[in-house]
Amino acid sequence: MSGKLVPWFAWGFAITLIVGLYYGFFVAPPDYQQGESYRIMFVHVPAAWMSMFIYMVMAISGGIGLIWRIKTADLMASVSAPIGAAFTFIALVTGSLWGKPMWGTYWVWDARLTSELILLFLYLGFIALQASIEDPRNAARAGAVLAIVGVVNIPIIHYSVEWWSTLHQGATVSKMDKPSIHISMLIPLLLMAVSFKLYYVSSVLMRARGEILRREQNSRWVKEIVDAESAAAAGGTK
Amino acid sequence: MSVSEFFHMGGYAFYVWSSYGIATILLGWMFISPIFSRKNIIKELRMKYRQQERQQQEK
Repeated sequence: MSGKLVPWFAWGFAITLIVGLYYGFFVAPPDYQQGESYRIMFVHVPAAWMSMFIYMVMAISGGIGLIWRIKTADLMASVSAPIGAAFTFIALVTGSLWGKPMWGTYWVWDARLTSELILLFLYLGFIALQASIEDPRNAARAGAVLAIVGVVNIPIIHYSVEWWSTLHQGATVSKMDKPSIHISMLIPLLLMAVSFKLYYVSSVLMRARGEILRREQNSRWVKEIVDAESAAAAGGTK
Repeated sequence: MSVSEFFHMGGYAFYVWSSYGIATILLGWMFISPIFSRKNIIKELRMKYRQQERQQQEK
C-alpha cells in the first residue's frame, strides 16, 4: 500500500522544490544587508526545522512503540533517524557556510549551534545504539528511551536564541504574530519547508518498505512479495 | 540578470553553491539508497528461502 503512496509524495516534493527554488533564486530580491548570501536560508532554515520535527516524530513513535508495543511505530522511529541526522548535518553545514561570510567564522560555541550539534549526536547515538543491539525488540526499547530523554534538547534549541545572548539571530517566522520577514522571502521559505516535509514522508516510506521485509522475513506475506518481485525481475531481464 | 551574474551570487558563490551542493548530494543519496537496499534485501531473502526449501527437501 505504501508503495502506491510514495510516487505522490515524491512528485509533491519535486514540484514544491522546483517552485520553491525558482522563487528563492529568481523572485526573492537580494537582502539589503546580506546581499545574495542569505539565499542559503532557503535550505538552512527548512533543514533545521526538519531536524527538530523528525526528532519529535522519532521520539513520539518510539514512545508509542514502548507503551503499546506497536511494531510499526518502532519501525518508523528507526527509519526516521538517518533522515533526521542528514537534515541536522545539512542545517549545521549550511549554517557554517552562511556564518563564515556573515559572522566571519565557520563555527562558534554559541547556544543555538551547540544544541543543534548535540541533536546530531543524539541521532547518531540512537542509530549506533540500535545497530549494536541484535534483538530488534530490545533495540527499539533502548532507542526509544534515548530518544525520549533527548527530547529535552528540542525546547533548548528552539529557545536558545531567546534564553542566551547568541550570535545566531532570533526567529523571524512566528506563525502567531506578524513575521518580520518579507513576503517575497517567506513564500520560497515555506515552499521549501513543505518540500522537505514531503521529501521526508516519501523517503521514510521507502526506507520502511525495505526494512519491514528484513524484520518480518519469517512471515508468509514477505515470502510472497520476494517471490513475486524476483519473478518480475527475472522476466524483465529476458 | 546574466547567467554569470547568477552563478557569481554577488561574490558569495562559494558559500551559496556549496550549501546547495552538499544538501543536494546528501538528500539525493539518502533518497536513492533505500531503492537499492530494498533490492538487496529481496535478493538476500530469496537466497535464504531457496536454501530453506532445499533443506526441507533433503529431510
